Amino acid sequence: MITPTIGPIIETHDLGRDFRVRDGLRRRTVVAVDRLSIRVEPGEAVGYIGANGAGKSTTIKLLTGILMPTRGTVATCGLRPMADRRRLAREVGVVFGQRTQLWWDLPVRDSLRLLASIHALGRVAERERTDELVERLELAEFLGTPVRQLSLGQRMRAEVAAALLHSPRLVILDEPTIGLDVLSKQRLREFLIAERSRHGTTLLLTTHDMGDVERLCDRILLVDRGSLVYDGTLAGLSRTVGAERVLVVDLAEPTPDLADVPDTRHLGSEAGGMRQRLAFDPESTTAARVLASLSDRAELVDLAVEEPEIEEIVRRIYASRR
Amino acid sequence: MADLAAYRAVLASRIRAQRSYRTSFVLDLASSLLVGFVELAEVWVVFHAVTELGGLDLAAVVLVFGLADLAFSLADLSFGHCDTLPTYLRAGTLDVFYLRPQPLLLQLITSDISLRRLARAVVGAAALGVGLAVNDVAWSLASVALIVLALVSGIATFAAMFVWAAGAQFYLIDGAEATNAFVYGGRYAATQPASVWSRPLVVVFGFFFPMAFTAYLPVVTLLGLPGPEWMPTWLGWCAPVAALWAWVLALLTWRAGVRHYQGGGG
Ligand SMILES: Nc1ncnc2c1ncn2[C@@H]1O[C@H](COP(=O)(O)OP(=O)(O)OP(=O)(O)O)[C@@H](O)[C@H]1O
Ligand SMILES: [Mg+2]
Repeated sequence: MITPTIGPIIETHDLGRDFRVRDGLRRRTVVAVDRLSIRVEPGEAVGYIGANGAGKSTTIKLLTGILMPTRGTVATCGLRPMADRRRLAREVGVVFGQRTQLWWDLPVRDSLRLLASIHALGRVAERERTDELVERLELAEFLGTPVRQLSLGQRMRAEVAAALLHSPRLVILDEPTIGLDVLSKQRLREFLIAERSRHGTTLLLTTHDMGDVERLCDRILLVDRGSLVYDGTLAGLSRTVGAERVLVVDLAEPTPDLADVPDTRHLGSEAGGMRQRLAFDPESTTAARVLASLSDRAELVDLAVEEPEIEEIVRRIYASRR
Repeated sequence: MADLAAYRAVLASRIRAQRSYRTSFVLDLASSLLVGFVELAEVWVVFHAVTELGGLDLAAVVLVFGLADLAFSLADLSFGHCDTLPTYLRAGTLDVFYLRPQPLLLQLITSDISLRRLARAVVGAAALGVGLAVNDVAWSLASVALIVLALVSGIATFAAMFVWAAGAQFYLIDGAEATNAFVYGGRYAATQPASVWSRPLVVVFGFFFPMAFTAYLPVVTLLGLPGPEWMPTWLGWCAPVAALWAWVLALLTWRAGVRHYQGGGG
């Protein structure tokens, strides 16, 4: 089979999509995606984040040929998603957290077998890939169980196996961890990290769980009302809003509030002043410098630096744009 | 070829899943028989009142009924689920079809099969058998060919009707109700001699959906009946042309529907 390109896996130019919706008797246009220009290279892991209704799922449908763009161009794996949909289907695997690719009344094993024949996998390729996924996603214990009887966590693992069975170069996950408990999330993330390092798979995932982004993604695309508002690393994201970091220090003895440390703001004291919290702006000073001025004033026992919550950063970016 | 294997595998899995409900097949058969007889009785009562139903006697009416009913139930068996498209849209199944390397419509058609409708086909086949026995059929190679041609074209025409319904349901909000009027109206019209159709029925099922070609016209040709004046007796042989037209209509509607599709939400 010809591998279409070695260029970018995803490339969009001024991509846009409107919906015509009925609003009572009047018709109205909803701009779901607007002027979206992104480029994702093979092997990247990209978190596509944004509030409800920001246009994430719509973008995924544009990338996979489910929806026709209203404006602009899109190329996925070097192919035109609508015109080359059937070829693209062999290159892309999609996990929708809220819908299923499996057959409700069939055991997981049978669903995987059907998908193998849908993707025309050879007998050997099918067995090898199925064994690999069964082992690494720990599907063995419920391979014979009908999908409708699976727990949510088990079903998601089966969904991921279904989407990855044909070894796609690009894996798109739309809220894959929705509703999962901490342990299941953790397992799924570990699987995706391993899959990526073994096969060089490109990942694009949407999520409202910042843990997913922190663990899985080396790049973030933030969308607000259909438009891209940030493209870069997680660390860079906190810098754009000048988010403060918080230094928490445990002191040897009760100390009065350390309100006069340069470039910091005193947030509060606990345990009679034995634990104090100081906020500082990483743009104007460093943790080391703050620590140096602190040790002039009190004896330190322990310390921790709290990163700003990513939810908080996103909230601030949104607020600054309103 | 690999593609064929995929469709076959999906269908086989559907059949396997349904075989586990085998006990209900007997029930299905019983209820289908009942409904079938009620419908046949209805035809008979109408016939009884007018003695001559559009130029056909009771025996010919049974033949028309049997031919149309068998064709419809066989089409329903393998295409009937197509006109429940909104269920597919709501469950996001259609979006999943987009992610697979096969044509959407073929995936939809082969995504299910309803074995319980076999029971209904048994009723239709019985009516057809009786109809062929009680009529004065001039048996020859040509008459057998005509019956087979009519049956195959009839199945194709009704199948096209289901596909048309699926395409139309992309547009209609309460799609199933609106298209059912045509699908089941079409079935009803097909089981009646076209010469007794009311005017609106003639417009819809005479010209738009070629229902007269599924049973009435072939039977008129088969039995060498006079039929309506404007109609040449060989018209019954044109059933495949009608089926072809029905498919053109169905595929155009399906394509327009897919273009109109806005994604299943979520
Ligand atoms: N099929 C549709 N018909 C009409 N409007 C739609 C359709 N699909 C999406 N929209 C609208 O487009 C906008 C973007 O929706 P989209 O589902 O892409 O958001 P999202 O970022 O995935 O949100 P969420 O986090 O809630 O999943 C919303 O305003 C939504 O109401
Ligand atoms: Mg979404």
